[in-house]
Amino acid sequence: MAFPAALQAEFEELIKNYPDRKAGLIPALHRCQEDLGGWITPEIMEDCAEFFGLEPVEVYGVASFYPMFKLKPQGEHVIGVCHNLSCDLRGAQAVLARVIEKTGAKVGSRSADGKFTVEVLECQGACTNAPMFDLDGVYHEDLDEARVDEILDGLR
Amino acid sequence: MSAPELYLLERAGREGSETLSVYHGSGGYKALEKVLKTPLTQAEVISEVREAGLRGRGGAGFPTGLKWSFMPDHEKDSRKRYMVVNADESEPGTCKDRVLMREDPHGLIEGCLIAAFAMRIDAVYIYVRGEYRKPYNRLQAAIDEARAAGLVGDAIMGSEFSCEIHMHKGAGAYICGEETGLMESLEGKRGHPRPKPPFPAGVGLWGQPTTVNNVESIFNVPFIIDRGATWFARLGSEESRGNFLCGISGHVERPGVYEVPLGTPAREILEDYAGGIWKGRSLKAWFPGGSSTGLLPPDLIDTPMEHDSIKAIGSMFGTGAMIILDETACTVRASEVLARFYDHESCGQCSQCREGTEWLHQIFRRIEEGGGSMEDIANLERLAMGMAPGKTICALADAAAIPTLAVIKHFKNELVAHVEQGCCPLKANTARAQEVRV
Ligand SMILES: Cc1cc2nc3c(=O)[nH]c(=O)nc-3n(C[C@H](O)[C@H](O)[C@H](O)COP(=O)(O)O)c2cc1C
Ligand code: SF4
Repeated sequence: MAFPAALQAEFEELIKNYPDRKAGLIPALHRCQEDLGGWITPEIMEDCAEFFGLEPVEVYGVASFYPMFKLKPQGEHVIGVCHNLSCDLRGAQAVLARVIEKTGAKVGSRSADGKFTVEVLECQGACTNAPMFDLDGVYHEDLDEARVDEILDGLR
Repeated sequence: MSAPELYLLERAGREGSETLSVYHGSGGYKALEKVLKTPLTQAEVISEVREAGLRGRGGAGFPTGLKWSFMPDHEKDSRKRYMVVNADESEPGTCKDRVLMREDPHGLIEGCLIAAFAMRIDAVYIYVRGEYRKPYNRLQAAIDEARAAGLVGDAIMGSEFSCEIHMHKGAGAYICGEETGLMESLEGKRGHPRPKPPFPAGVGLWGQPTTVNNVESIFNVPFIIDRGATWFARLGSEESRGNFLCGISGHVERPGVYEVPLGTPAREILEDYAGGIWKGRSLKAWFPGGSSTGLLPPDLIDTPMEHDSIKAIGSMFGTGAMIILDETACTVRASEVLARFYDHESCGQCSQCREGTEWLHQIFRRIEEGGGSMEDIANLERLAMGMAPGKTICALADAAAIPTLAVIKHFKNELVAHVEQGCCPLKANTARAQEVRV
């Protein structure tokens, strides 16, 4: 296996930003997750290991440290609800309950139809627009249950 | 009171505020031009920032100019030199840097260039938390635009000064906001903070001299250079100068990120800027500067928001992010949420922190759920005392211990009430989703 040509070329450019190519690993993992199926597969780890001159287990060590990297398949849509303090104070639990109800997914796993993964997140740095969730990499802020319905209904 | 002089958010929110043309049109890159065309010396730039009295906005309030002066003398030390802008912004309650990056990215770039000039930096890295996609994209676009205009890269403004600025994405770990955890992460590793000493100015990124500054700290720099140290020193309070971005969240009418002179009483920010407590309720507790600073009682709300005054009441200015709890909120629940956060974010290198944060989380949760004992309260205190101060590689353990000790100091009654009643007295307000409907 190897990276698709476009990614390979992108990573060749990326490593020019650093005196040590290993520094490109985390940005590269992001790009792989974005373009190659939404999670860090064992194959991606092997390809990254080869490209960055690491052992696969070292790549695993890095990928598993960072909450944004997913180590198992995700739903078609990934919803991360912030449940830290500022969001909690303004109704994050109601938002989360609504998301669970609408998607049929349990926190930390996929819905039966594979459409949704729901997770809870620590502070996303959107505290003055709480509560919020991240849907497929886009912040939705100042939520209430009606807004949640509107956003999720828009997906179907 | 006359309206305070504003500068940090002068451009924010204006149409096209993120573009080079709007930035230029409002005096942008004038400070850099002053540095390069006058020309000022490196020492002159550093001394201007020192005289201004700018203190770091990343949490510790360390004087920025002084930090810059710790970089080794370039004549005696010819190693490559780096600067990192800390845009990890993960301290609960804190969301100010994203406003600057999103609304006024060229301001940050100009600040980076001036700082890089002053410290003879070879390359600047802006480490942005991975979730901040929009601020990241705005900044990247602004860097590209600046590069095309000859403001980033080689021979900037036709001078002998060259500097590269690179963007770098984190991946969701709070500990990578700690400056040495950040450097490990930037090198492509797990974000494990390094023991100090050595300090970054001597041994930083890839073992080379490095300075780490917060976004808002660097954003202040062009204003200081353009308008002068004396102008800056007139703003704010004697020991904490300038304005700061106060993010105020929680139970207020108008949560938001406001530009406020340092030294403004917390009550004024709460009432005049944020419109007071929401729903006509009263204040129960507040954090002055992010979750790590600990809850304070209402009778301290007249304290000026600046480093020394907040320190004098036994807390910390931190990131200046106020979190407000109204009378219906539960301080035990708030403590449980934060203990869970520190447990989740501990990197696990130090046993006091790895084990301590987990115990704090479990005990707060038990008390909140009604199964706690008086011994649990005593254990919270013992644990927190064993974790800090200065007992671990980095200050995350302190950040978990401080709010624990603060809630015991100021809100012990509420902990005891949970134990005595065998439940949360405010239970109706603290239900968890998983338990309610699933
Ligand atoms: C656990 C922990 C998390 C931190 N997170 C951040 C952060 O997200 N952003 C930041 O600027 N500083 C953060 N800091 C402070 C940095 O270590 C460092 O002091 C700061 O970036 C220096 O910038 P300044 O001097 O401009 O304030 C954190 C510190 C600790 C101990
Ligand atoms: S104090 Fe905690 S977060 Fe910091 S290095 Fe030690 S274990 Fe890691």
